[in-house]
Amino acid sequence: MAIFDDKVRKQIGDILAKLADRVNLLYFTQEMECGICKETHEFLNEFTSLSDKIGLVVFDFVKDRDKAAHYGVDKIPAIVLLDKNDNDAGLRFFGLPGGYEINSFIQSIFEVSGLKEPLPAKAAEALKKIDKDIHLQVFISLTCPYCPAAVSAAHRIALESPRVRADMVDAGAFPQLAVKYNVSSVPKTVINETIEIIGAEPIEKLIEAAAKA
Amino acid sequence: MEFKLNIGPHGTDDRVVPLKEDVLYDVIIIGGGPAALTAAVYCMRKGVSTGLVTMDFGGQLSDTSTVENYMGYSYITGVDLASKFREQVQQFEIAVVEGKKADSIEDGREKKLRLEDGSVFSARTLIITTGKSWRRLGVPGEAELTGKGVAYCAICDAPLFAGKRVVVVGGGNSGIESAIDLAKIAEHVTIIQFLAELTADKILVDAFSAFTNTTVMYEHEVVEIKGELRVESVMVKNRATGAVSELDAQGIFIEIGLIPNNALVKGLLELNEFGEINVDCACRTSLPGIFAAGDVSSVPFKQIIIAAGEGAKAALSACEYVLREP
Repeated sequence: MAIFDDKVRKQIGDILAKLADRVNLLYFTQEMECGICKETHEFLNEFTSLSDKIGLVVFDFVKDRDKAAHYGVDKIPAIVLLDKNDNDAGLRFFGLPGGYEINSFIQSIFEVSGLKEPLPAKAAEALKKIDKDIHLQVFISLTCPYCPAAVSAAHRIALESPRVRADMVDAGAFPQLAVKYNVSSVPKTVINETIEIIGAEPIEKLIEAAAKA
Repeated sequence: MEFKLNIGPHGTDDRVVPLKEDVLYDVIIIGGGPAALTAAVYCMRKGVSTGLVTMDFGGQLSDTSTVENYMGYSYITGVDLASKFREQVQQFEIAVVEGKKADSIEDGREKKLRLEDGSVFSARTLIITTGKSWRRLGVPGEAELTGKGVAYCAICDAPLFAGKRVVVVGGGNSGIESAIDLAKIAEHVTIIQFLAELTADKILVDAFSAFTNTTVMYEHEVVEIKGELRVESVMVKNRATGAVSELDAQGIFIEIGLIPNNALVKGLLELNEFGEINVDCACRTSLPGIFAAGDVSSVPFKQIIIAAGEGAKAALSACEYVLREP
């Protein structure tokens, strides 16, 4: 069964035609694919077929555990975004970026491909001052119109700073994590296990919060 | 799997430029909903220099599931209509700041608009189209437990309450729509309604009545939300008898309508009793050169098509002001 209908396939194809540099996606799944892993796999096959500038390499979470450990993938389905030189900027999607999240997925791919506005000077300066490792986990639901903005902001920071890693985590696909982090409203961003931000905040606020983590 | 695509093609079709601090614009529009985006198209077509400062493109339209009363479309999703509005704006070389909140306005012949990040932009006229946001209850526990069981967006957060007991406050259309979404997955849904009947459209009330895991408490109001780390219970008062009771609940969805986003202009512009910016039939506010349109204004009836029409009117009024007052 096709994941995209004809209209969406054409829309995404038109958007991806504007990609600049190549982007390589790594997909972590396993041999006996769970329902959502299978669906995410089909989604990625179809999505990457819409542009010759997007690569896809599939890994097995169990057999390729070295790769999983290398990329900090501790759950599946997981998508890792690499730039044209296979550099890892720290952008992850845990779960299928469907619903509203297709927007953050495309946005992050564009930014990794080199198409992005520069960060505001003050934000860039504040980000440079962060001298510790930062892990942002953005919990979302696929029916939340505000969530892609929170994911994009976190991913943008990760892209700009080698010390920052940012994950989209679908609370529906990882209910045990939603319970662990007491997620009852999305978007919710957890920074280094200690700081919680409810709602989508602008990049400046997110950097400010990360600096305190 | 559904895909709610609302970003347009990058690059060549998008002619938008950054808003500059050292330029005096003819018009700066604050907001990004139907009123703002329509005003932007009208200003650009008139040829006045125009800026747009917005948190997002689409406003409330982006959270509307389907639209069946915007002329030209007998059925379109809110997301699709918002992206069409956006595309129509982005074909112009309009100056835009996106994702930042306007903080304050300094009036004068040149109006200064200060954003939260400290940047300041100047314009001869302003069009305020900041729309509305969810109304809060204003009871103890609400602010402390927001995001910890207190929720305002059922389409966003309903999936997180599967198998739980939840309360929905409000018996209007948005309350009943939320209650229906929640009743599908929650263990039990209790509606707290201020009035003696539900005010939602009959078609929604009928759909809601089909569920058996629901209770409606009429003429009740929420007086407190309790819980340490998360919502544990909700205190409700019977408005007729004054009796207070405690309901076990892990979540509470607040659907009691909207309030105007007027913080930017409070104390500056004249507001009506509902906090909406008073405008005349040409979208003029109490200060010359400042115009308002859409849900934040006193225009009756909050509809997409009305907001768009008002946005057009505000733009034409602002353009006329720019020409007349050299």
